[in-house]
Amino acid sequence: MAVVRSSCGSSARLTAPTCVLLLLLFAFVSVASASRDDAPGGNNETGRAPPEDSHHHHQQTNSSTHHKKAFPVLSFNYEHVRQPFEISLWILLALLMKLGFHIIPRVSNVVPESCLLIVVGLLIGGIIKAIGEKAPMLDSKLFFLYLLPPIILDAGYFLPIRPFTENMGTILVFAVVGTLWNTFFVGGMMYAVCQIEGAQLGGVDLLSCLLFGSIISAVDPVAVLAVFEEIHINELLHILVFGESLLNDAVTVVLYHLFEEFSHADTVTVGDALLGVVCFFVVSLGGIMVGAIYGLLGAFTSRFTSHTRVIEPLFVFLYSYMAYLSAEVFHLSGIMSLIACGVMMRPYVEANISHKSYTTVKYFMKMWSSVSETLIFIFLGVSTVAGPHAWNWTFVIFTVILCLVSRVLGVIGLTYVINKFRIVKLTKKDQFIVAYGGLRGAIAFSLGFLLTNSQLKNMFLTAIITVIFFTVFVQGMTIRPLVELLAVKKKKESKRSINEEIHTQFLDHLLTGIEDICGHYGHHHWKDKLNRFNKAYVKRWLIAGERSTEPQLISFYNKMEMKQAMMLVESGSAAKLPAIVSSMQNIQPRGPARPRAIPSISKSREQEIRKILRANLQKTRQRLRSYSRHDLLIDPFEDGLSEVRFRRQRVEMERRMSHYLTVPANRQEIPSVRKVCFEPEHQVYTYDTDGESLRGRRASHSHPSASDAAGLVNESTRRPDQSGAAEPRAKVPDDQEDQDQLTLSRCLSDPGPNKDEEGGGSFLS
Amino acid sequence: MGALQSLHGRPEYLDLAEKTGFSFEQIRVLHERFKQLSHNEETLRRSHFNEIPDLACNPIRAQIIEAFFDRRNYHQNGEGTVEEIGFEEFLVVMSHFRPPSLHMTEEQRENVRREKLRFVFNMHDTDNDGTITLEEYRHVVEELLSRSGALEKETAKSIADAAMLEVASISMGHMEPDEFYEGITFEHFLKLLDGFEIESRMNIRFLNMDTSTLCK
Repeated sequence: MAVVRSSCGSSARLTAPTCVLLLLLFAFVSVASASRDDAPGGNNETGRAPPEDSHHHHQQTNSSTHHKKAFPVLSFNYEHVRQPFEISLWILLALLMKLGFHIIPRVSNVVPESCLLIVVGLLIGGIIKAIGEKAPMLDSKLFFLYLLPPIILDAGYFLPIRPFTENMGTILVFAVVGTLWNTFFVGGMMYAVCQIEGAQLGGVDLLSCLLFGSIISAVDPVAVLAVFEEIHINELLHILVFGESLLNDAVTVVLYHLFEEFSHADTVTVGDALLGVVCFFVVSLGGIMVGAIYGLLGAFTSRFTSHTRVIEPLFVFLYSYMAYLSAEVFHLSGIMSLIACGVMMRPYVEANISHKSYTTVKYFMKMWSSVSETLIFIFLGVSTVAGPHAWNWTFVIFTVILCLVSRVLGVIGLTYVINKFRIVKLTKKDQFIVAYGGLRGAIAFSLGFLLTNSQLKNMFLTAIITVIFFTVFVQGMTIRPLVELLAVKKKKESKRSINEEIHTQFLDHLLTGIEDICGHYGHHHWKDKLNRFNKAYVKRWLIAGERSTEPQLISFYNKMEMKQAMMLVESGSAAKLPAIVSSMQNIQPRGPARPRAIPSISKSREQEIRKILRANLQKTRQRLRSYSRHDLLIDPFEDGLSEVRFRRQRVEMERRMSHYLTVPANRQEIPSVRKVCFEPEHQVYTYDTDGESLRGRRASHSHPSASDAAGLVNESTRRPDQSGAAEPRAKVPDDQEDQDQLTLSRCLSDPGPNKDEEGGGSFLS
Repeated sequence: MGALQSLHGRPEYLDLAEKTGFSFEQIRVLHERFKQLSHNEETLRRSHFNEIPDLACNPIRAQIIEAFFDRRNYHQNGEGTVEEIGFEEFLVVMSHFRPPSLHMTEEQRENVRREKLRFVFNMHDTDNDGTITLEEYRHVVEELLSRSGALEKETAKSIADAAMLEVASISMGHMEPDEFYEGITFEHFLKLLDGFEIESRMNIRFLNMDTSTLCK
C-alpha cells in the first residue's frame, strides 16, 4: 500500500506496473479469502494458535490442574471476523481498482469504467479458477437486496423532474410497448431458430424462449447510467433512455413471473393472459403507490427533525429502503417504488433538512451507488469465469443479432407513432442514440441466475452474459466516438442563471395562460393546478416553519446569492470588486456627480480581514453540475450556509432598525461607524445582495457615505421630513446596499490595485 | 381531402392558414373558441379576457392579455396598442406558440427562435422603447412573485437587480465605472437566453378536435 500512497502523492505517475501490482494483490487476497471459505472451521483455531496456548489448553483438558495458564498475549482468531473481513476486503480492493483507473488518464478516456471493471473481474475470476478455488458468484439475493437499491435510489432521488414529466408519455411508450415488443420478437424468433435442424436446440420450447426473451429484452439502468454519465449527452436523450430503463422494470417483473409460472403449468388460457395484463397494472401502480406512501411519510417525518439534525439523512435512506423491500414483499416493482419514494420525498425533505444533512444525503447516496456499481461489474466478471457455461454457437449468435435488430426496429417503429403526438419531434439522430443506448446489464444476469430449470439455465446464462458483454463493451466503448461523429447535442455546460430561472417561471405561467385562453386543458394547465394544490395544502403539512410559503424563485435566488457571496469571498481578492461593484452602479440610473472620497483602508487591515475570511470558509473547487457519480458538484458554501442565512437575517434586522435613525445627509459618521464594528464574525457573515456591502462596510467608516441616509429615505415613506434631502437624489438607487457599493467603487477604483478585470464575468457566471 | 370539406365555404381560412401556418382544423377550433369568448361578437375586448375564470389566478395575467392587444405582435411592424381585436389578430398572436416543424433548416429554426423571443421581449418592454429597463424588469419579477403572499418588495428588487447585472455582464463584458447600462436591448436579450432553447419550450398543443365545450 505504501507504493500506492507514494505514487498518488506524486501526481498521477502511477504506471502500469503498479497497477499490475495492485491487481496481483487483489487477486492474492481474494484467493486467500476464497481458500479460507473451503477450510474447515476448526482448523483455524488449533492450527494457528501458538504452541503454548494449545499446550496449555491440552494441559487444562487433561486436568492436571495446578499449572496456571499463561496469559495469551497474542492470539489469532480469524473465524470470528471472517465474514465482515472478507466483505470489507472485497469492497476496499474494488475501490482501489477504481482509484487506479482514474489515475491512468489515457485508459479512462477511451474505455468506460464499466468495461474496465468487468475486465478486472474476469482477471480475478481467472486467477481464482487457475488456483483451483471456487470463486464467489453474483448471488441474486445479494444483488437484488443489497447492490441494486443504492443505485436506483440515487437515480430516483436526483431524477430531473421537469424533463422526466415532460417526456413521460414517450418514456412510457418506450418502456412498456418497447419491452413487450422486444420480448415477443426475440422470444418468438429464438423459438423459430431453435426449430432449425442441426442446432441441437430441440429441447427448447416456446415458453422457455419467451422467458428468455423477457429476461434479455429489458434495458438495464445500471449499465445505462454507467455509460451515459461519461458521455454528457443532452438532457432529452439522457432522460429518454434512462427513464425507459427505470420504468421497464414493471414490465420485466410481470413478464418474468408470468412466463415462469406458465412454464410450470400445462396449459395457458386466454384468461391467464388477461390476468397477466391486470397483473402489470397492479405491479406498476402498486409499486408507485407504496413508494409514494413511504415518500410522504419520510417527508412528514423530516418536518420534525429540526432538533435532531444528525439523524436526518438516515430517515431518507431508511424510508426509501423500506419502500423497496415492502414492494418486493408483494412482488410489486421495487424499482418503481424506490423511484416514486425518492421523487415524492425530495422537494419536501430538502426544504426541511439542514444543509449539512443535505450534503450528507447527497454524498452518501453517490458513495453507496458508486460502490454498488463497482462491485456489480466486478462480480459480473468473476461470475463469467466461475459459472457453468453451455456454449451453443447458434443460440448465442442469434441472440445477439436478434437483440440488436429488435431494438432498432422497436425504436424506429415507436418513434414514428410517438412523433405524431410530440410537440418536439425526435430526429433520426435521436432515434439512433436511443436505440444504441439500449444496454443490457446485471439485472438480466441476476434474473437468469434465478431460473430453476438447470439444463437450459446454463445455456441461457451464457447467452445473457454474451449479450451483456457485447452491449457494454462494443456499444459502451463506441458510443462516445459516435456521439462526437454525429454531433449530437451535448449537455449544456453552464450553470443555471437567475435570468433563466425567471424566464422558466415566466414561460410556465405564460403557457398556462395561453392554454386557458385557447380553452383546452393541456399539460401546462394540469401542472399549474398540481402546483397550486401542492402549495396550498401539501406544503403546509410537510414543510416546517415559514419555508412552506417560500416561492421557488426566492429560494433559488437565495441559494444563488449565497453562492455568489461565498465565491466572491473565496476568491479573496479585493481587486475583483471594483469591476463588480462598478457594474452595479452601471445599471442604476445616473445620479448627480458625487464628491470622490479618499480611500484609507490600510493594507494590514485588509490582510487581516482576508485571513479571517479564509479561515472561516472552506476552500473548495467549483465543479460542473451533473448527475454523474464521477464529478459531484462540490458546493463551496454548504458548510456555512445555514449559519450565513441566520446571520444575514440578523444583520438585515439590524439594518432595518438602523433605518429608524434620522440622520441628515451631511452627518454620516454615526450610522456608518456603528455598522463597521470590526468584529470578525460580523464581518464574515454580513453578506448582502451582491456580497459587496461587506467591503462597503469596511470602507465606509473612513469617509462620509453621503448617500447612506438618503438611500434609507427613499425606501420608506414614513419620513416625509427627509424628502427634501431626497430630492436631489431622486434618481439615486433606493437600496441601501447600492450606496455602499457606490462608495466602495469610488474609493477603490481610484488608486487601488485593479489587477484583474474579469471579476464581473466570474462573479455573475 | 377532408380539409376541403371542413372549409364550409370559408375561403378566408386559406389566407389565414398561409399567414399563420395553422391547419384548417386548428383554425376552425380556434374560431369556435374566439366566438365563445367574444359571445359571438366580431371583436374581442380586454373585458372578455377578464371573464376567463382560469386566467384569474395567473400572476402575469395582465401582461398576457396586453400581448394580444399589442400591435408589435401582429407581424406588421406596428406600434402601440389597440382596444379590440378581430379573429385574424387573435390567430396571429396564437401562432407564436406553434411548435417548429420537424423538417426545418437551421435558418428557419433560428427565425422561429427570434420570433418567440421577440414576443417575450415585447411582453417585458411595456413602454415600447425597444429596451427593457431596470424598472420594467423589476415589474416583471414583482408580478411573478405577486401570488406568493407576503412578499417584500425588496426581495423582488434584489432579484431583478441581480438579473440585470447578469445581463450587463454577459452583453457588455466589463464596463467602466462611469458607463451606464441603459437596458436590455433585443440583441442582448437574444444573447442572454441563448441556451434556453425557447423554440422547444414555448409551444402549446393546438388541437384538431373541438374540446371547447368541455371547458369553461
